[in-house]
Amino acid sequence: MKIAITALEGNSNAKMDARFGRAKFFVIYDQDTKEWSSISNEAAEAAHGAGPLAVQTLADAGVKIVITGNGPGGNAARGLQTAGINVFLNKDDITVQEALDKYLKNELISF
Amino acid sequence: MKIAFASGKGGTGKTTLSVNFALYISATRDVLLTDFDVEEPDSHLFIQGDLTNKIQCYTEIPEVDEALCNGCGKCREVCNFHAITQLGNHTMVFPQLCHSCYACVELCPQGALKMIPEELGMLSEFDADGLKFLEARLKIGKEMAVPLIRQTADHIQEQYSDRFIIIDAPPGTSCPVVETIRFSDFVVLVTEPTPFGLHDLTLAVETVRLMDRPFGVVINKDDGLYNDVVAYCESESIEILARIPHQRAIAELYSQGLTLFDKNPAFLEQMVALESKFKQKALL
Amino acid sequence: MKEVVVISGKGGTGKTVITSALAYALGQDCVLADCDVDAADMHLIFKPQTQIAEDFYSGEEPEIDAEKCIQCSLCVQKCRFNAIKMAESAIEFDPFACEGCGFCSYICPQGAITMKPRYTGKSFQSEIRTGTTMVHARLLPGGENSGKLVAHTKKVAHKLAEEKNVPYILVDGSPGIGCPVISSLSGANYVLLVTEATQSAFHDLKRVYELIQKFRIPAGCVINKHDLNPALTTNIEDFLHEMDVPLLAKIPYDETVLKAVKSGQAINEFAPKPYAEIIDKIKHRIF
Repeated sequence: MKIAITALEGNSNAKMDARFGRAKFFVIYDQDTKEWSSISNEAAEAAHGAGPLAVQTLADAGVKIVITGNGPGGNAARGLQTAGINVFLNKDDITVQEALDKYLKNELISF
Repeated sequence: MKIAFASGKGGTGKTTLSVNFALYISATRDVLLTDFDVEEPDSHLFIQGDLTNKIQCYTEIPEVDEALCNGCGKCREVCNFHAITQLGNHTMVFPQLCHSCYACVELCPQGALKMIPEELGMLSEFDADGLKFLEARLKIGKEMAVPLIRQTADHIQEQYSDRFIIIDAPPGTSCPVVETIRFSDFVVLVTEPTPFGLHDLTLAVETVRLMDRPFGVVINKDDGLYNDVVAYCESESIEILARIPHQRAIAELYSQGLTLFDKNPAFLEQMVALESKFKQKALL
Repeated sequence: MKEVVVISGKGGTGKTVITSALAYALGQDCVLADCDVDAADMHLIFKPQTQIAEDFYSGEEPEIDAEKCIQCSLCVQKCRFNAIKMAESAIEFDPFACEGCGFCSYICPQGAITMKPRYTGKSFQSEIRTGTTMVHARLLPGGENSGKLVAHTKKVAHKLAEEKNVPYILVDGSPGIGCPVISSLSGANYVLLVTEATQSAFHDLKRVYELIQKFRIPAGCVINKHDLNPALTTNIEDFLHEMDVPLLAKIPYDETVLKAVKSGQAINEFAPKPYAEIIDKIKHRIF
């Protein structure tokens, strides 16, 4: 399963980005291959509809879990639900790797 | 005749003025007061009237026929507003983001999309002792003010063209205001004598001039201490139509949701002044 | 770094007055971001010395190549917004009516229409007298605040705060509850709600609170002009209590506030008594 974390840079040591739709990067961990990858988020620069566009990006990448800071707005939340992507929130100023660890230890709240 | 009460920013008192002026002159004329601040209409708080009619307004959004859709992705590619996403085999529409431009519908190679009506908001008509009041209210969660303003304007043209029309405009200088000014014959810019008020007034003036509409200024909460608004109007040859004095008594009446023209003599005097200015200009 | 966003829903509640006072109290400890672009007033208090001004683009608008256009008028027929008109010898485009959907560019048989980024205003970075930087913007008339502009303003503020090691970012948030507000709240660590004792402000407070609750951002509230309507203030306090939102301060209706604004000063700068203490109290509960 693929887990995406909203991040300020495109690697697992980067700080998390608290935003969803306008996050700079989605850093993705693939639980099956244990590999990291990242996507620069096109929606960060969108004039309209950043939320749905970000959902599209994640769905196209086959992501099933997303970890972010403040939670998605209304449109994005609907899109994520339809796409079957579950959202978890982390409020602390931590790195992508640390967020993943917290998720795996079941320490994050579900949106 | 259609007169809009507008202001560069919120909280200057344009609702107070438009409501009170409408109530005041409705004693002698047939008036329609209408609230174009469709996202946050609040004129109704000051009007005690009987609801006479309700009209549902619609916009159009695309609907996908999943049986015809082959998932080519053209619709989401052409949508500049990101109002369509494609999640696996499912095409999802975000009505709040859709501008009803028809690009997706007409460009779908399969003809799998069509436009369907979507609730946009509600027009409510009231009668308050002869004063007609029309409120346009965007449905909660909707963000597209302009289409509802256009539909309200069309309704007024059809139903109320014989009345003197007073419009409570949305705040700011963005699209909903531009649409309101486009519909109006004359614009009253309501400001307050502070640096904030002056700054926002200059933006509002720029907008009204760009739209090429005649206009004048009403200074609200005028304490006579800050003269830059008056100086600005003089240097720009803008007429000051009325000056509402700054009084705590007025602020208190307002916070209780009460009308002013019938309770505060200083306020009434300015309504009379405004009326005579409109008469001079043959607007009344 | 902690980002604090001040919002109110309705305009005219005193949001900018409170934000500027907090900025004054924080001095060099905050970078200030004015995201209330529709009524960007903070610069009137801080009279910023602009260091960097850049053009800002949002959305798109068509550019029609007169050489390629054969005036078939298909674009005129297809435009749902009456933004393209057939003039005597050329196609004319009305920027006020155009919503930037791009349909015309997709269907032009001559490929004469291309969509170009729409110039919507300017974005500024300026020095202010509290010894910090303020990030602000100015839109053209008819230009709409957008989630993009808010995100841009906050992004610049974050970058500056990081470079200069400033602990706080103070954001004057957008009005309403639409996209710009969501963008204002996105990434916030704390939200300060400013309301006043009027029916419409209370109504908006409730709507804005719903958003914050969804985002699970800690919040506090300031009630402005509380003595104008004591009964309503009690209702607001009950609401806050029920929602578990701390009431940080109640500020009375006071002519001094108006005088401070008129003299182009923050209220705690203009009248340290009593405002320095009131604002410091709010500051200590947030920062």
